[in-house]
Amino acid sequence: MWLTRPLQERSTQLFLGILIAALAVVTVLHLAMPEDSALHVSAYTVTLLGKYLCYALLAVAVDLVWGYLGILSLGHGAFFALGGYAMGMYLMRQIGDRGTYGDPILPDFMVFLNWDSLPWYWHGFDMAWFAFAMVLLVPGALAFVFGYLAFRSRVTGVYLSIITQALTFALMLAFFRNEMGFGGNNGLTDFRDILGFNLRTDATRLGLFIATGIALAIGYVICRGIVTSKLGRVSIACRDAEARTRFLGYRVERVQLFVFVVSAMLAGVAGALYVPQVGIINPSEFSPLFSIEVVVWVALGGRATLYGAVIGALLVNYAKTVFTGVMPDAWLFALGGLFVLVTVFLPKGIAGLLQKRRKAPDNDRSNPREATA
Amino acid sequence: MSIIRRSLTSLLIALACLMSVPAMAQEDPGRELLVNLAEAPSSRVEEAINAIVDSGDERARGWLEAYGNNRLSRVKDTGQVVLVLNNRGRDWEIADPLTGENLGEMSRRKLDRVAINNAIRGKLEGIMAMLDLNAADPDVREASAADMMGKVDAALVAPLQARLEKEESAAVRDRIEAALAIYRVEQGDIEAVEVLAGSLHPRARAALNNAAASDSPQLVEAANKALASIEQKLKLNKAAETLYFGLSMGSVLVLAAIGLAITFGVMGVINMAHGELIMLGAYTTWGVQQLLPGQPGLALLLSIPAGFLVAAIAGIIIERSVIQHLKGRPLETLLATFGISLILQQLVRTVISPQNRTVVTPEWMSGSLVINDALSLTLNRLYVMAFALIVFAALMMIMRKTRLGLDVRAVTQNRAMARSMGIKATKVDILTFALGSGVAGLAGVALSQLTNVGPNLGQNYIIDSFMVVVFGGVGNLWGTLIAGLSLGTINQLLEPWAGAVLAKIIVLVFIILFIQKRPKGLFPQKGRAAEN
Repeated sequence: MWLTRPLQERSTQLFLGILIAALAVVTVLHLAMPEDSALHVSAYTVTLLGKYLCYALLAVAVDLVWGYLGILSLGHGAFFALGGYAMGMYLMRQIGDRGTYGDPILPDFMVFLNWDSLPWYWHGFDMAWFAFAMVLLVPGALAFVFGYLAFRSRVTGVYLSIITQALTFALMLAFFRNEMGFGGNNGLTDFRDILGFNLRTDATRLGLFIATGIALAIGYVICRGIVTSKLGRVSIACRDAEARTRFLGYRVERVQLFVFVVSAMLAGVAGALYVPQVGIINPSEFSPLFSIEVVVWVALGGRATLYGAVIGALLVNYAKTVFTGVMPDAWLFALGGLFVLVTVFLPKGIAGLLQKRRKAPDNDRSNPREATA
Repeated sequence: MSIIRRSLTSLLIALACLMSVPAMAQEDPGRELLVNLAEAPSSRVEEAINAIVDSGDERARGWLEAYGNNRLSRVKDTGQVVLVLNNRGRDWEIADPLTGENLGEMSRRKLDRVAINNAIRGKLEGIMAMLDLNAADPDVREASAADMMGKVDAALVAPLQARLEKEESAAVRDRIEAALAIYRVEQGDIEAVEVLAGSLHPRARAALNNAAASDSPQLVEAANKALASIEQKLKLNKAAETLYFGLSMGSVLVLAAIGLAITFGVMGVINMAHGELIMLGAYTTWGVQQLLPGQPGLALLLSIPAGFLVAAIAGIIIERSVIQHLKGRPLETLLATFGISLILQQLVRTVISPQNRTVVTPEWMSGSLVINDALSLTLNRLYVMAFALIVFAALMMIMRKTRLGLDVRAVTQNRAMARSMGIKATKVDILTFALGSGVAGLAGVALSQLTNVGPNLGQNYIIDSFMVVVFGGVGNLWGTLIAGLSLGTINQLLEPWAGAVLAKIIVLVFIILFIQKRPKGLFPQKGRAAEN
């Protein structure tokens, strides 16, 4: 089975081992260590780590399309945010009559805007199963429609990148509008509980962190399963020589569409796990800057390695936390410099450095060619 | 004898009168008029004002305006009437109302304000309007007549009619006629409705609307007919205005995108820092204005070459330090230049300020060109449109008629072949990139006249610029022009019923769909250039 095959790989075993060990260590340090101990991991740190893991899952999703399909998506933040909004809508409905205005059905911002009934697309989000399904379906559907149109007419390379960026930009503008019914530029916030657990307790936060870790593990295995399957081979072939693959008789656009939709769904899950942990979702997650930042995480970690994406996401976001805390002005300099340095001096990223040191041939081609052909 | 004596007396009186004429001429009649005004008891003020008006003195308007603004005072010691130029603080700056000579400062205790009551102040407005109607400058007369529309009362009808007979300028005549017609319509005159039918002035419409709500059925019918014809004309003007705004927005898009059409379209380099080069151009304008305070016009003209140079040099640095190392890797180029754009934005934030800077618009660029009452075109947009067309034409010439353009086209079509023909491809790369970047700087100079100059200026244009280039067809300057103008117009057409944000979203979605239908844009390249 394609999903169990990755579990027999050494690299996947290693990745999963480290991930599970890290989850276990954090959990133990959080629960068992007394609060004044130096080894104690605070609830704040747990949530922060949970946030990083969401970003890591998003990075894996981007790496799947960029590394193995050759599509540089500058709009994956859109799928992430849509997943987040689906989760946010569920959490908003869970507030019930505990909001400032005490309306049992309408979220606060709708009362504030004098709306008298719930818009049609908000129905159903009071049920967890429906909302969680939407977390997958909404980003998936958008990716399907967008991908179907784009791949069918063979829009590739830079053009595709720019229209994905336009896509997320347009969505950002749309979600900023109050009339859209998603809280305008304030977004959705002030969440109370998820599945009956109070979001403000440490136990729920730890639970969300562990859930994110498990989601990352599953997402990684799915991606690994895809790229090592026959479909994955074809997708790598599309990346390296699209025209040739097509002449060999493969339906390139179908492969691209499948991988793109899977990637969008993973991004949606990442967003859905992100929202309860940071406690807010607003249109800034749609900003083109965020999407392109994700790409640089992947580039830093090493494209077409999957684990590199995780490393890159964790490193850059840790650096961001440190920088914005110590000297906020310098962060954009550092990020900008990172873009330049990685692309010019470190084209294979950190994973490339690791591979060079080990001098062990990887399963993948170590030198992915450009996908612009 | 008595006759002789009487004649002698009259002769003497006449002589005396003759003698005194030069003396009177030296003694300015204005002085007496003003003193009269200042000394008049409140029942006589109107008389004194009329005397000033009837004197036909050119300075009368200034005096009355000062009077209305409480700026007319008497010096207690000498009784001289003076204009108060500045009445703040203890010492007031005064001037001679007769010669306009500045008399320096005088303690306000030594001055006595010429009193005015509200009844007079109310009348003064109409009196000054009549004075303006008699002014020598036809523009002043027209503005004053326009101001009279809807304010005419029974007392003003006769003087206006008298003025109408003397008036030579057709525009002023139209205004006076309209002003009179509004009065007559108010009085229930049906024939006057006809006069107003052609007027686009809001007050004419207001008068007609009132007439349409009146009791007389004939008047209502006539007024409605006139209103319908006005409505028609207004719609036409509205359409013209939308088109103007659309073309203006389009020319901004063209300016922003045309540099990109060179670097991305012709050279194939994805420069995400293009928006920041625009921003550099705008900041250069601001900087040059800081260097030349008080001369915004000169500064703006100077910043055209300066903005070009600054952006071009920045472009060369970007090309040499980053882009040349990423040749043939467009996606990496995209990422690296995006990083550069972040650095440039933050640099501006750190070095200058995160806040927006104001760039002064020179006088000859502000204001608007009035076509009629419903349509006026703002001058700055008109200038930017012209500037966009000039830049476009110049670029076209460079690409078509110069050696550089020939080299650029050769290198883009077949780099290896061009090099073997002796063209220094690297040098061409640098020059082309500098040209594209410099044009971005020019766009920034123009944009500084239309929008806020801030660190995010470029970010707002980068996606639009790429859309324009891709929509028009990569590598095709004409395509960029057409795409920019049409996207701007479409956006403006959508705005009234969709709102600004939704219009933008619709345009973006439209382009996304369009690119999927025609991936090569409106005007795809043909022939050898299309091979890559």
